[in-house]
Amino acid sequence: MPNSHLAFAYLLSSILFIFSIRGLASPETARRGNLLGILGMVIAVAATLFSPLVHEYLWVLAAILLGGILGTFPALKVKMTSLPQMVAAFNGLGGLSSVFIAVAEIISGADSYLETSLGLIIGALAFSGSVIAFAKLQGLISPKALVFPLQQTLNLLLGLAVIALCACFVIFGNKDLFYALAALSILLGFLLVLPIGGADMPVVISVLNAYSGLAAVGIGFALNNILLITVGSLVGASGAILSYIMTKAMNRSLKNVMLGGFGTKAQTAQTTSLEDRQAKAGSPADAAFIMENADKVIIVPGYGMAVAQAQHVLKEMADDLHNKYGVEVKYAIHPVAGRMPGHMNVLLAEANVPYEEVFELEEINREFATADVAFVIGANDVTNPVAKTNPDSPIYGMPILEVEKAKTVFFVKRSLASGYSGVENPLFYADNTIMLYGDAKKVTEEIVAVLENN
Amino acid sequence: MDFWILMTVFVLAAFVGYFVVWGVTPALHSPLMSVSNAISGIVIIGALITAGISEMNAAKIWGLGAVVLAAINIFGGFAVSQRMLMMFKKKAQKEKK
Repeated sequence: MPNSHLAFAYLLSSILFIFSIRGLASPETARRGNLLGILGMVIAVAATLFSPLVHEYLWVLAAILLGGILGTFPALKVKMTSLPQMVAAFNGLGGLSSVFIAVAEIISGADSYLETSLGLIIGALAFSGSVIAFAKLQGLISPKALVFPLQQTLNLLLGLAVIALCACFVIFGNKDLFYALAALSILLGFLLVLPIGGADMPVVISVLNAYSGLAAVGIGFALNNILLITVGSLVGASGAILSYIMTKAMNRSLKNVMLGGFGTKAQTAQTTSLEDRQAKAGSPADAAFIMENADKVIIVPGYGMAVAQAQHVLKEMADDLHNKYGVEVKYAIHPVAGRMPGHMNVLLAEANVPYEEVFELEEINREFATADVAFVIGANDVTNPVAKTNPDSPIYGMPILEVEKAKTVFFVKRSLASGYSGVENPLFYADNTIMLYGDAKKVTEEIVAVLENN
Repeated sequence: MDFWILMTVFVLAAFVGYFVVWGVTPALHSPLMSVSNAISGIVIIGALITAGISEMNAAKIWGLGAVVLAAINIFGGFAVSQRMLMMFKKKAQKEKK
């Protein structure tokens, strides 16, 4: 295949990737979008294989086949609750792939030191950062923020060391410096993600996603390959925008999230004032009775619902309310519900909830005032009115779902404990709030049982 | 190739990415992430070029490793995206069944 054909194939493939992401603008075109992405990838790989750049096929095809099997199998088996850690794992492997290419380039005597180093550093950060994110999400290590004294100073020094080593390597071209750079970058990736807590993972995964794209850009500069640059920057843009949306949804800066340590300081100041107040507890039967006589129920699912695997029985409850009692049921989702952007939407879709019944924060917030019941299950911080009222609170300014405006608010929760942010939720003690203590799945099952026996 | 041509392509592509990604509906942010994850497996092109040399040496072995890793990313990313997207159903479609 002559070079002009290769360039044309790469152009075609870039366009297909753009249409692929464009397809995700709506659930109707999304599947076609994914197929266009696959087509783009097939064209890019086939064109490269048939080009004069590749001379050997047996090993190369075997490697593709091996990777294909290793990738497809877990992707078809993974549970949707474990989706974030799988995406983290794939992200990490993509980063590691860039590291390997950079090493291979340096071994074979490439002279584009700066570009290769950039590909190496970003790829290494994506790799080791994803390893820690994976371990936290999978529960291999504590998902809590791991902080120790002088942590930020250490990370800063390491970061400066990486830059210095990179500069030395570019100037002197000593291969040992390159390997040291690789090791140091990997170490830095580990340390950067350790202080970030579990509920901030949506941001971390988005940032790592951007890194894996930027690593491709770096490798593209090193190999003079336009396709890697265009596609890498698409992915970089996607990761960057998702990080922005996630931090915005928590009213925190990217710096604040990435420096970590959030939620490790307990909020003692306001706890005392709330202690003497009494939260009302209710039974599943009470909840069933109030909801079946309601006109409109808005369900607010959070990560706790996913942990309890309550999404299927929740959908049953919604169906019963709608079909037996004619109640209008809607779902309200906060952007940071779950452990990755859009995670809760996928979990509800998996439970066969039609996507027209699922609404984003801005779409549904004013509807709480007309709702008879807000059914909050496994969510806490994202409903906390302190975010609007108390400027000293760490969650101040975070957009919240205004469930307190509904006539009755149910909280399905194990206890009155505060959420990830460590901020107490005064809504638990409000006059129109009823607490349903227990496991999200069990409580919902009991409600369903009452609804179906009436 | 001239560095500035590559730089131009990079910046313009970032603009395209910016506008296209803002068009993605928030409900599909998870699939967006896994699709873009699969697409970032495009480094396989670089891996194929480094692994595609005729003699078997250290560089080729690292290259082959990179091919395997990128292929995991691509196959896994697209497969899980397809699985996710199959779940997003409309109300009307469901009632017809």
